[in-house]
Amino acid sequence: MELPVLIVKGLIILVIFGITLLIATYSTYAERKVAAFLQDRIGPNRAGPWGLLQPIADAGKMFFKEDFIPAQASKWLFILGPCLAMLTALMSSAVIPFSDSIRFAWDKINYDIPVQGIEINIGVLYIFGVVSLGVYGIMVGGWASNNKFSLLGAIRAASQNISYEIALGLSLITILMMTGSLSLRAIIDEQATFFEWNIFTQPLGFVIFLTCAFAECNRTPFDLPECETELVGGYHTEYSSMKLGFYLFAEYINMFVSSAFISALYFGGFHYPFMSLVNEALENSMGAVTGHNIATLICFVVFFAKIFFFIFFFMWVRWTLPRFRYDQLMNLGWKTFIPLSILNVVITGAGLLYDFKYATWLIAIVMIVLAVTSTSRAPKRETIAQGTV
Amino acid sequence: MQLTNRSKQVSNKEMTLAEKMYLPAVVGGLAITLRHFFRKKVTIQYPEVKRYLGPIYRGHHVLKRDEQGRERCTACGLCAVACPAEAISMVAAERKKGEENLYREEKYAAVYEINMLRCIFCGLCEEACPKQAVYLRHDRMVPVFQERDEVIYGKDRLVEKMDDRYIRVNNSEVKATPTEPSLTRAAT
Ligand code: SF4
Ligand code: SF4
Repeated sequence: MELPVLIVKGLIILVIFGITLLIATYSTYAERKVAAFLQDRIGPNRAGPWGLLQPIADAGKMFFKEDFIPAQASKWLFILGPCLAMLTALMSSAVIPFSDSIRFAWDKINYDIPVQGIEINIGVLYIFGVVSLGVYGIMVGGWASNNKFSLLGAIRAASQNISYEIALGLSLITILMMTGSLSLRAIIDEQATFFEWNIFTQPLGFVIFLTCAFAECNRTPFDLPECETELVGGYHTEYSSMKLGFYLFAEYINMFVSSAFISALYFGGFHYPFMSLVNEALENSMGAVTGHNIATLICFVVFFAKIFFFIFFFMWVRWTLPRFRYDQLMNLGWKTFIPLSILNVVITGAGLLYDFKYATWLIAIVMIVLAVTSTSRAPKRETIAQGTV
Repeated sequence: MQLTNRSKQVSNKEMTLAEKMYLPAVVGGLAITLRHFFRKKVTIQYPEVKRYLGPIYRGHHVLKRDEQGRERCTACGLCAVACPAEAISMVAAERKKGEENLYREEKYAAVYEINMLRCIFCGLCEEACPKQAVYLRHDRMVPVFQERDEVIYGKDRLVEKMDDRYIRVNNSEVKATPTEPSLTRAAT
């Protein structure tokens, strides 16, 4: 690899790293704002204009708190837990293609550097591996705390992640079948035209994937590992100071990565309708290099718009739905999502055989019809007149 | 007993398929929260915007003067006795010749102190006072203090200024039905 390529690549990696951290920081702010707005409040607005310095104040507070390690805890594992959580969370954004490519000329040679940490042909597998490693951070931390609530929280996290990973993987397989590649860039390029976005070809898979992503990130309605009403603080009961900060921060990074992953897999990544027309017009009017780079910038912005929408969606759901009960969570995962996603795989396979991409709509339509008929045929609930009880 | 008419009858009938899918209910819930997202916020930005707390709010104490500007308090000590927090202390003095325009009664409080750190703003001092000399104003709060020596309020901060007289709204303007005898007493 020549020097300019290395430099540009390094810059891209640094920028992606910085953006990941920045977005995770400001997600905490956004979360509080969104929560406030959904509850008819205003939210943080004292630190800086519109409270924009709030995350910095929070981080400062975190740093100055006492860093406490319980006497009975296993010290090194106790420290390792949050580090693992943070490490795996940060690693996963490496393979996400954030935009097309940066083009520049050097020594009369044109280089095209993809805007992506690293382009590997097993990107999906990589993310999967790293994300499932993330549960080790929780497990190790919860176990090392030597506290029954922490341990219970950690066990819940582990079993929840394992159960939902299956459905997550199975709903992903349909996409892999249609693309024939594990590379995220290939998956995104497959969705170049608007009606071939996977959300349109895989509606059922999308719903399953989205729900499982919530469970994987331990977000409400599936935030049982840190369920305050039952488990004090869940796996991070014993944590304080920046170690706790790392756990919370890792959760927000995971949320960002999941949002990016969802928009890449189902919403065409950085593609937008009429993108090729725009690109051509830009390259014709401003030259192959500048035009291409501006087109890349637009793609970048589009991709982040999609990511921000999903981050908002994560928060929106969190402040809408109450927490599931643990048996409901397990029932939903094992008895509903796994059979459904297997069915999804079969139908998609059959569809591919006849070259029909939209086959899974069949399941969706059948389910809607079934739901409507069963509702209309269900016996009316007897309502006791008000005031008689 | 029924408190509101918003209660819903619950039943544990088996759920239909649509209900088991959760999705219709989830979408409905999301729509509700989204509507709230765009609704007008109810927050009152406290230090900048202050809310009217009603005519019976118990705030900053004031030692009243009468129409001629004479202090009403006669240092009888009934307020100090009534005070459950023992926040009030005073030193009595006899009125000298020529001080009739300063003090209304022959005995007056030379020192009158309220420890605002002890006070619980119960308003019992106001009720106890036979001379209608001490009131808790409804329109002003005791400000936050940073230093310990700020918390004991002497006469300099308690006695009413003649250019800033405290008038409690007449009882007939009070919206809530008064039940306490102190509320039915006419204000100065
Ligand atoms: S308001 Fe209550 S606590 Fe305060 S000084 Fe009066 S009697 Fe004492
Ligand atoms: S304020 Fe009223 S009750 Fe208290 S000493 Fe003065 S006259 Fe007596």
